[in-house]
Amino acid sequence: MSKTGSQPPTHGERGQSTRASQGSQGGPGGQHFLTMPTEKPRDYRGAFMRLLRYLKPYRFVFLLVFFTAILGTGFNIIGPIFLGQGTTIIFEGMMEQLEGVEGASVDFDQIRQLLFFLVVVYFISAAFTYLGQYIMAGVVQKIVYNLREEVYNKLSRLPLSYFDTRSYGDIMSRFTNDMDLVGTTLQQTMHQFLTSVVIVTGILGLMLYISPLMTVIALVTLPLSYVITSHIVKISKKYFRERQRELGELSGQVEETFTGHLLVKTFSNEQKEIKQFKEINERLYQAGWRAHFISGLIMPLIGFVNNIGYVLICAVGGILVIRGTITIGNLQAFIQYSRQFREPIVQFAGIAGIIQSTLAAAERVFNLLDEEEEEPESPGALVLENPRGDVSLKQVKFSYYEDEPLMEDLNIEVQEGQTVAIVGPTGAGKTTLVNLLMRFYEIKGGKITVDGIDIRDLKRGSLRRTFGMVLQDTWLFGGTIRENIAYGKEGASFEEVVEAARAAYADHFIRTLPKGYETVINEDATNISQGQKQLLTIARAVIADPAILILDEATSNVDTRTELLIQKAMAKLMKGRTSFIIAHRLSTIHHADIILVMDDGKVIEKGTHTQLIEAQGFYADLYYSQFAGQDAEGSEQKRLA
Amino acid sequence: MLKLLPYLKPFKIAIIATMFLVMIRALSDLYLPTLSADMVNVGIVNEDLPYLWRVGLLMLGVAALGALSFVLAGFLSSKAAMGFGKLMREEIYTRVSSFSPQEFDLFGSASLINRTTNDIIQLQRFTMFGMRMMVIAPMLSVGSIFLSFQRDPVLAFAFVGVAPIMFLLIYLVMRKGLPLFEAMQTRLDALNRMVREGLSGMRVIRAFDRDEYEKWRFEQGNFAYRATAVRVFRILASLMPMMQLVINLTIIGIVWFAAIRIDLGYTRVGDLIAFIQYAMHVMFSFVAISRMFVMIPRASASANRIARILEVKPAIEELEGGYLAQEEGDVLSVKDRAVEARKSLEKLSDTDKKEKHLEGTETQKIREEGDNKEHQINIDSKAVPEFKKSNESSESRESPMEYPEQEETEIRENIEQENRKGTVEFKNVTFSYPGAERPVLNNINFSAYPGEVTGIIGSTGAGKSTLAKLMLRFYDVDEGSILVGGSDIREIRPKELRHQIGYVPQQAFLFSGTIMENVRYGKEDADEDEVWKALETAQAKDFVMEMNHGLYTVIAQEGKNVSGGQKQRISIARALVRKPAIYVFDDSFSAVDYRTDARLRAALFRETGKATVLVVSQRVSTVKRADRILVLDEGRIAGTGTHRELLKDCDVYREICASQLSGEDIA
Repeated sequence: MSKTGSQPPTHGERGQSTRASQGSQGGPGGQHFLTMPTEKPRDYRGAFMRLLRYLKPYRFVFLLVFFTAILGTGFNIIGPIFLGQGTTIIFEGMMEQLEGVEGASVDFDQIRQLLFFLVVVYFISAAFTYLGQYIMAGVVQKIVYNLREEVYNKLSRLPLSYFDTRSYGDIMSRFTNDMDLVGTTLQQTMHQFLTSVVIVTGILGLMLYISPLMTVIALVTLPLSYVITSHIVKISKKYFRERQRELGELSGQVEETFTGHLLVKTFSNEQKEIKQFKEINERLYQAGWRAHFISGLIMPLIGFVNNIGYVLICAVGGILVIRGTITIGNLQAFIQYSRQFREPIVQFAGIAGIIQSTLAAAERVFNLLDEEEEEPESPGALVLENPRGDVSLKQVKFSYYEDEPLMEDLNIEVQEGQTVAIVGPTGAGKTTLVNLLMRFYEIKGGKITVDGIDIRDLKRGSLRRTFGMVLQDTWLFGGTIRENIAYGKEGASFEEVVEAARAAYADHFIRTLPKGYETVINEDATNISQGQKQLLTIARAVIADPAILILDEATSNVDTRTELLIQKAMAKLMKGRTSFIIAHRLSTIHHADIILVMDDGKVIEKGTHTQLIEAQGFYADLYYSQFAGQDAEGSEQKRLA
Repeated sequence: MLKLLPYLKPFKIAIIATMFLVMIRALSDLYLPTLSADMVNVGIVNEDLPYLWRVGLLMLGVAALGALSFVLAGFLSSKAAMGFGKLMREEIYTRVSSFSPQEFDLFGSASLINRTTNDIIQLQRFTMFGMRMMVIAPMLSVGSIFLSFQRDPVLAFAFVGVAPIMFLLIYLVMRKGLPLFEAMQTRLDALNRMVREGLSGMRVIRAFDRDEYEKWRFEQGNFAYRATAVRVFRILASLMPMMQLVINLTIIGIVWFAAIRIDLGYTRVGDLIAFIQYAMHVMFSFVAISRMFVMIPRASASANRIARILEVKPAIEELEGGYLAQEEGDVLSVKDRAVEARKSLEKLSDTDKKEKHLEGTETQKIREEGDNKEHQINIDSKAVPEFKKSNESSESRESPMEYPEQEETEIRENIEQENRKGTVEFKNVTFSYPGAERPVLNNINFSAYPGEVTGIIGSTGAGKSTLAKLMLRFYDVDEGSILVGGSDIREIRPKELRHQIGYVPQQAFLFSGTIMENVRYGKEDADEDEVWKALETAQAKDFVMEMNHGLYTVIAQEGKNVSGGQKQRISIARALVRKPAIYVFDDSFSAVDYRTDARLRAALFRETGKATVLVVSQRVSTVKRADRILVLDEGRIAGTGTHRELLKDCDVYREICASQLSGEDIA
């Protein structure tokens, strides 16, 4: 545990894979959501109100959508009443015929008028329904667009400590799964919700109008449906949870053995892993089919209850028609209504589930938006015009955790053009120094100045442009080589790019690539070698032309020729600039004006090579263990030199 | 998507039964309006109350039957769909396990993981909904037509017309919508990739003060996504109102023609009511279908991704039989299998060596001739049959190939092998990665002997790691041969070969579980003493002892709670615990700090004693003391010899040394 203090804290193995797969369960097939274990937001009201705020600017549009929903569904649901009238007319005509009334016939004029009217009504209904969704698509996507934009911009204002303490997976999941869910819900569920409200209230009214008694019969089965649904949901949740757990375990197993594929092969443990996989897979299957079967019971059972209602309505309705209380046409309309009425009611439960998890997702996004941002720049923040490159750290205090102090009283004075070598075992805290100099992290005491100005009085952008970084974890983005080099300087011309590449000894290899400077580096930058990547980052630093450099000399995984090139390029780059170099080579260390020896995140020794050797401390120890052997070979090397 | 159909075969009966049950349910749904029509036609017209109640009861019975059959259908379909998912997962997992790195790299681990988990879930869900929903809509359509024909053939034509129109509508909308849907997905992926890049490159973005540029880039992507999304949803928005309109117009048509027919006395009012309800049923089922269609692009993309894995035939090994093969029981006895494997290998040795990498397919042919069974789908995956039993019952290390009927030969081979055990020979080895223009290794010749340390040094592209991987037969050579213990490694089963080798890869990878379990990964039955011993040699004892639970400290996934150097040392212990005849350290000390490195190497070489040791490295200091150093340069051997010899004769070696020890140090 002794090492933890030296590294930026990382925790956050929050099961992203499980979350991700759970998120993908939503999708189409609405009622399924009913039985999925839904995540609950911590604060319904808060999340809901806040989500409403995003909708607020568009309230008139939503009002318009609601209006179209009323017209669209309204016109649609009055249809059966008129159809019923048609049936009644036909029925009456037929009954008269049966009763042998002279010249009795169906009143076709009336029916023609009625049907013509209905055609118009239905067209209007379709038009409004389409219009509503058409508007909705535009406005919802606009809202989601804004939210995405806001979150992305937020990311750029968060301090690095935020990213260091959270797994990418978690942040990504907020950005992708959570955002997607919010988008899909707004897009699909909201309109559905609006129309459902219109359908339920409208139809209820119409049913009451036709026959209060039958309405009561129709409603009587609803509680029964509710009881069945909630009961099944309760049972199936248990299985879904189980399934989710097994799925998590399976993902874990797959992730591990695939990532460690070579090792599994090396140790010939394929069969063992397959056996274990099969066991988990079997458990997943058992939990899976049970969960789906039980949740699948809802549909047939509700359907059955509905059918009981249907039979009752038919029978009671039949009696009422015989008694003459209602017309046959109204019975027909009522039957249609009782069917249409149930759809949205059954869906409500599903919608409730979706809304719940959407609010939970929205809450996570909002939490991200609420994270504390980097200290805002003071209004009078300065811009370094022509930085010289003096750096000084005075009584700097810093720690990642309150209770684990790292730097208590660090003092370093670096003059323009000097070289500071940082040595120490891997993970000794080189990143920490970068973090502080670039003001990725705020110091807890003392001050750091560049050219005598406290870095907190500088614009962040200006401070960072003063520095150039050439680090091991070379980050290149998916784009052309030219774009990647030009990244160091806004609006860099092609000539400048080539010049920088030449200075970094990268021009040659770039030209051997099939498309030269226009070669696209793929996502993981696997199409060029590690060393070449490093040359590109040097070129990027060259074009940026910073006053101060932070370099990582380590060149593991780089072939020797490229390594020589990198060395040459670095040396050229360092000329005349203040440099902080994470050193691995003796020559660099010998030449350094100041050597900082770091261990466990702390600067434990400081001085020149001679001073440190004389001090007989950690550095001396390190020096002898690491380089003594090489010195012994000296005689042979001499001949080379 | 159709490529995966054969995998549904084991569930044939369940699927057919589900369809049948769904059909019953559809018919019962339709029969209710039919009965209600009778209610009207007979009960109401004749004012016959008892009749009303009788029909009502009958309707309840029909409804119950419908519900029951749907419950059963749910039971069968969930078992079938989940079973299908289980089978697919197992197929993929087994297949991927049999991949050599060559095939594995075609996909990459992230993508393979995704395919094994998310893609299958996608497919599973699609299968389940498909089995219930896709069936019910056509059933209802056909049923409506059938029932309405009985009532009034003339009016029934309404249904004959409406079903194709609905299908056409869905088809048209989807034809326009689906490609856009896919485009939307692509744009979303691009957007997410940008976020991922932004996150991983956060320091660089900020260091170069390019936040604004990144924001601009993101905005472009976000806007493109939004534009496509709006188009997609607007197109999809048209489907529902159109379908509703079609049905409503159909109903109007029904009423109009029914009026005429009733007036003429051909039809009755109850039938009209029934017809309207048929129409409603048909519409609801089509709405459900249209929802399914949205799932199709995703499901088919998933299916294609899965199929692509199953299409790949492992080039090298293929010990693991597929699920089907094992489930259905291969009746061949162990002995038969051994004979067959022998035959296939003999046949192989006759063929031109260049074609050796086709082994998998070659053997497959033989197997297919040998057993005329049907399971062709995954026949390739069991190309070389298992010899599990013979393998467990023998000390397989000494006898890489065992044929019960050839014991004498075996004994003779054993003796020969005892002498050559641990020797590694590369003879004229040339190898290029598939698709590469130039070979990564060119005419490599060298031998490494027991009790000696062979260092391999060279630049990254030089092919050092490839050399190590070839020895483990992760790939097969194009030309020449590699002999381990005197036998061509292509004639040894990969498992036997690898059993002789303790390989420590460049990237230390630990499995989640305790340290004990991780070390034991090298030797399943190692006891605590052996584990401690290995850890001690690997210079890992001290820090393991310091940990809270010692050997039983749990390593988090991907070893996040141990440092890089600690990981490497544990992974070295994992190789040590096997006490193999050959050690291969593939740049395995890079994350270990210098001080530990020296101690580690000293202890290691003491421990490995009689074994053959190969050390791949970029640090001169690591290989300097080796008995023999192999200098690789651009895939060729640039020099062989001791450190001193090479300094004298080998330019490349001198260059490497010069880059690592500057002139300064010589003084």
